[in-house]
Amino acid sequence: MAGTDPIHQFVIQDMFPIHLGGDGTAGSGLNFSFTNSSLFMVATVAVISLYLILTTSAKSVVPGRAQLVSELLYGFVANMVRSAAGTAGMTFFPLVFSLFTFIFVANMFGMVPYFFTVTSHIIVTFALSMLVFLTVVIYGFVKNGPKFLKLFVPSGVPGYILPIVAPIEFISFMSRPISLSVRLFGNILAGHITLKVFTGFIVTMSSLGFLGILGSALPLIMAIALTGLEFLVGAVQAYVFAVLTCMYLNDAIHPSH
Amino acid sequence: MVTQVYAQEAAAPAEEHVEDVAHGATDTHADPTADTHATTEAHGGEHDSGVFPPFDPATFPSQLLWLAITFGALYVLMSKVALPRIGNILENRKSIVDADLAAADASRQKTDAAIAAYETALADARSKAQGIANETREKIQSDLASKRSAVEADLTAKVTEAETRIAATKRDALTHVDEIATETAQTVVGQIIGDVSTDSVRAAVAKASKE
Repeated sequence: MAGTDPIHQFVIQDMFPIHLGGDGTAGSGLNFSFTNSSLFMVATVAVISLYLILTTSAKSVVPGRAQLVSELLYGFVANMVRSAAGTAGMTFFPLVFSLFTFIFVANMFGMVPYFFTVTSHIIVTFALSMLVFLTVVIYGFVKNGPKFLKLFVPSGVPGYILPIVAPIEFISFMSRPISLSVRLFGNILAGHITLKVFTGFIVTMSSLGFLGILGSALPLIMAIALTGLEFLVGAVQAYVFAVLTCMYLNDAIHPSH
Repeated sequence: MVTQVYAQEAAAPAEEHVEDVAHGATDTHADPTADTHATTEAHGGEHDSGVFPPFDPATFPSQLLWLAITFGALYVLMSKVALPRIGNILENRKSIVDADLAAADASRQKTDAAIAAYETALADARSKAQGIANETREKIQSDLASKRSAVEADLTAKVTEAETRIAATKRDALTHVDEIATETAQTVVGQIIGDVSTDSVRAAVAKASKE
């Protein structure tokens, strides 16, 4: 029953082993191997870059369909950044655009059978959210100096409530990278496990004879519906990640809310 | 009821603890390393460390390194190549559309100006034509009036002349009436009673004509 194991799809396998340090025994030192996860990261970046660069190479004034998709994607993310973080936020447009397209394409790759889902590993989503978090903190302090701390002091709050409100604001700020990464990771992981479990039911039930084959229609319907749902979740989570990034960047640009 | 549930909940970990202790107690008899080995195998065995793959720290360095490489490459490609290019395409299109709209607007304004010029020229021509017509009419009228007055003056002069001539003729005729009467009377008197002096006849005629 290895084929129906819902966890197997998340296993990382070395493709080109690269080991640094350690004493030569397995598991010691740092493993920088090129893995199936790395392969799909490269594929994600390659698909995005090649599509955007090749479809816009003609630079047509009247765009074809492929170029129009690139332009619409550009306009979609640009509007997102501008509406959430203002015109000053356009400094971070390439970052938000890269995050959105990377997560979106990685999620869509994950929907293809036998493909590895890069965003189903907490370390990847956590690294991306720490990138956002550190960008916000560093840019916030560089641009605003100590005024960046106003973020924790909402305007219009009476002084005697501040000792309560400021710690709450601080904790909510510090928990952002965790919520940002766990939201994406959890959605993708849970969705893929659920999908695998229901498709596993089909295999298990259809091996139980005629009634089992009839009964396997139920998990089949469920799996079909979940597949549609997972495409939606993959797109929505990429969008949510990008929008929240824009809102956090807005805090760095305009700290007093 | 509440206390019962609470008691059960509180009891459960305690029981586990007791079991753990018991387990540990039994394990102490066996090899402790063998026990840890058994638990790792029970959890999985897919990967070296045997934990749930997304939480396996052994894979973190590789994932972080390759994420940094790939995402860094994506960021550089997007910020240096793809996004400026798309931005340029959109900007170029916007400038072309704006220029076309401006040109169309300029053409429209030119058309409006041409229409206005045509209208003024038309109005000018119309007023000039009206002026010429008025002038001509006045000239004709004044010409006519002067000619008429000249003719009238001429006619009046002729009428007065004729009237004076008639009056003179009448006066002449009246003076001749006395002479004719005198001659006639003299002739008649001469036939009846012989010659009479002209002076006496004239006196008589004058006397008669006065009666």
